[in-house]
Amino acid sequence: MRKFFVVVLLAMLLVPATFFAAENEEEVRFSAVFSMTGAASAYGRMCYEGVELGTELYPTVLGKDIKVKVIDTKSDKVEAANGVRRAIENDRAFAILGNIISGNCLAGSAVAEELRTPMMTPSGTNPMITEGKEFMNRVCFLDSFQGTAAARLMTDLGNYYVAVFVDVEQDYSVALSKYFQDEFKKLGGTMFMEYYKTGDQDFSAQVLDAMSKGVDAFYMPGYYQEIALISSQAYDSGFYGDLVSSDGAYAPETLSIGGKAVEGLYLTALSHPDAPLTNKNAKEFQEAYMEKYDGKKPSAFAGLGYDAYLVVRDAIERAGTLDKEKVAKEIRKTKDFPGATGIITINENGNAEKSVTVVTVKDGEFAYDSMINP
Amino acid sequence: MNIQIFFQHFINGLSLGALYALIAVGYTMVYGILKLINFAHGEIFMMGIFFTYFAISSGMPWWLGMAAGIAGAALLGMLIDKIAYKPLRNAPRISALITAIGMSIFLQSLAIVIFGGIPKSFRGVYPEFFNKIFIFGGEVVEKRGREIVINATRVPNITIITFVVTLITFLVLWLILFKTKTGMAMRAIAMDTKAVALMGINVNQVIGLTFALGSALAAVGGILWAGKYPQVWPMMGFIPGLKAFVAAVIGGIGSVSGAIVGGVLLGLIEIVSVGLFPQFAGYRDALAFVLLIVILSFRPAGLMGKKEIVKV
Repeated sequence: MRKFFVVVLLAMLLVPATFFAAENEEEVRFSAVFSMTGAASAYGRMCYEGVELGTELYPTVLGKDIKVKVIDTKSDKVEAANGVRRAIENDRAFAILGNIISGNCLAGSAVAEELRTPMMTPSGTNPMITEGKEFMNRVCFLDSFQGTAAARLMTDLGNYYVAVFVDVEQDYSVALSKYFQDEFKKLGGTMFMEYYKTGDQDFSAQVLDAMSKGVDAFYMPGYYQEIALISSQAYDSGFYGDLVSSDGAYAPETLSIGGKAVEGLYLTALSHPDAPLTNKNAKEFQEAYMEKYDGKKPSAFAGLGYDAYLVVRDAIERAGTLDKEKVAKEIRKTKDFPGATGIITINENGNAEKSVTVVTVKDGEFAYDSMINP
Repeated sequence: MNIQIFFQHFINGLSLGALYALIAVGYTMVYGILKLINFAHGEIFMMGIFFTYFAISSGMPWWLGMAAGIAGAALLGMLIDKIAYKPLRNAPRISALITAIGMSIFLQSLAIVIFGGIPKSFRGVYPEFFNKIFIFGGEVVEKRGREIVINATRVPNITIITFVVTLITFLVLWLILFKTKTGMAMRAIAMDTKAVALMGINVNQVIGLTFALGSALAAVGGILWAGKYPQVWPMMGFIPGLKAFVAAVIGGIGSVSGAIVGGVLLGLIEIVSVGLFPQFAGYRDALAFVLLIVILSFRPAGLMGKKEIVKV
């Protein structure tokens, strides 16, 4: 009698397992491990809009349906790593989209690497994310190129003596200022650093010091909260040179806090809806997005989410098989893929070679200025 | 560094110092009567700014909104005293201190839950004349299609308003402390709580009023702060609160005039030293504490504090 129960129990355990396995073959599962809440939630939600649109326009791969399940990292490193593990082990995800911010990507990609599952971040720009990894890739540019592009923009604007405002608490800011310095010196510029840290509110002393040295411009790689305040204190102190910042300031708060002080501010951004996009996917994406969201123009992050989804899907299509190792190799053979945010080529290190879009503030709005190509 | 730039640093430092002084006075008043370091003071400063922000955004005229912000902060201060500190009046001092730290964290988290963690812009909340800038000397040049005055000393109107408001506030505070019965009771409690209670004075009521007064001063500081640095977010009170605490200790904690001197001194030293040594600007918060250690090692009771003789 007892044996009978054991057999029944075992059978009950097996039934759902075989049931799921059968279901598994009819669909391909992606998990979007994104920051849906927490500090980076604005970016995570925008990216997810793009992924959703991608699944609506291109719902299948190799004749099978693609199912995308979203997992929230709460913008937290530990949750990002756990989320990726849960996606692969419990949800049996074939590929991971994410994470959103660099710190989370570093944590999440280590797990994807260990479990040998292809992963694609829409927006993690730190160079270390893909370093030495086989399965981690990105569709955005790297900070090393962003810093270089900022230096070129600076000299194009005619500024050869520049004060760089470095947030000593943010790796992002410190790294960008270093990449900027390397290229700017090559281009014949001279520069010095002014330091501050996250959460500072008074920059009057640094601004005044930089001005008293007679600089042409400020380069401010950092996040919007401080950039808006430095800009407004520079404006109040009568500084008339150019202000150049990075994609960390590409947020509406820069405009609302900065007011007229950020008028004319330049940003090295991931993309802009008005950028001249010639390929068919970009147009298709923009039209579909505006139709879905009542004429609202897509953000750079929505485009990146869309591209992350499509590049992975395209790689599976080319590989012709649902083999994680083969697809991971195929992702790195992506060449001249027409993405929503521009032409995407992913090199053997998993990094996209993409242009930087220069955005400037005009009449209180972010306006497209120009492109800087690698 | 030429004299004009030094003068500009001096003005920037004074205006920051005046704000520290306003916050520091609240610290020192509460310490004076309760011997409690109210670490939630920086959060009351932050809440005062949020109250003002929402009052003015909801359509109140700016002066009424400011008054609402100050009144809101004063009520909040009294409420905190009633809920968190009053039950601990006779507990060891360390319990009250830890409660104050807990209160500070609680208020920060509460603000994140209610108002959200994204900074809100304070631009356009106050009328335009707050942002006017007075320019002294210098020459006018045309740069990039904009007329610019260079080599001038610039005094933003908000700096002048800060000075005037600070002076008026301290005058009012002096009148309250030295010309009213409540003020007399406050000073008496600072000397000997038990004796005051024996004289039939409602000690808890006076302490509540002290919290209200100190919190109102923090809100005044906050309102001016937001005019100078136009954004508001839940973590903004922490560092100004700590600096004001340092200012109060430098001046001699418990002494109102000491807090004023300490605040102005700290603001001046902070700005001028960053101006002189820009490469150490990342350490400016540390500088405040180094200054504290140096002053305390020469004058343990602070610059204007009374030496206390303790029987051992």
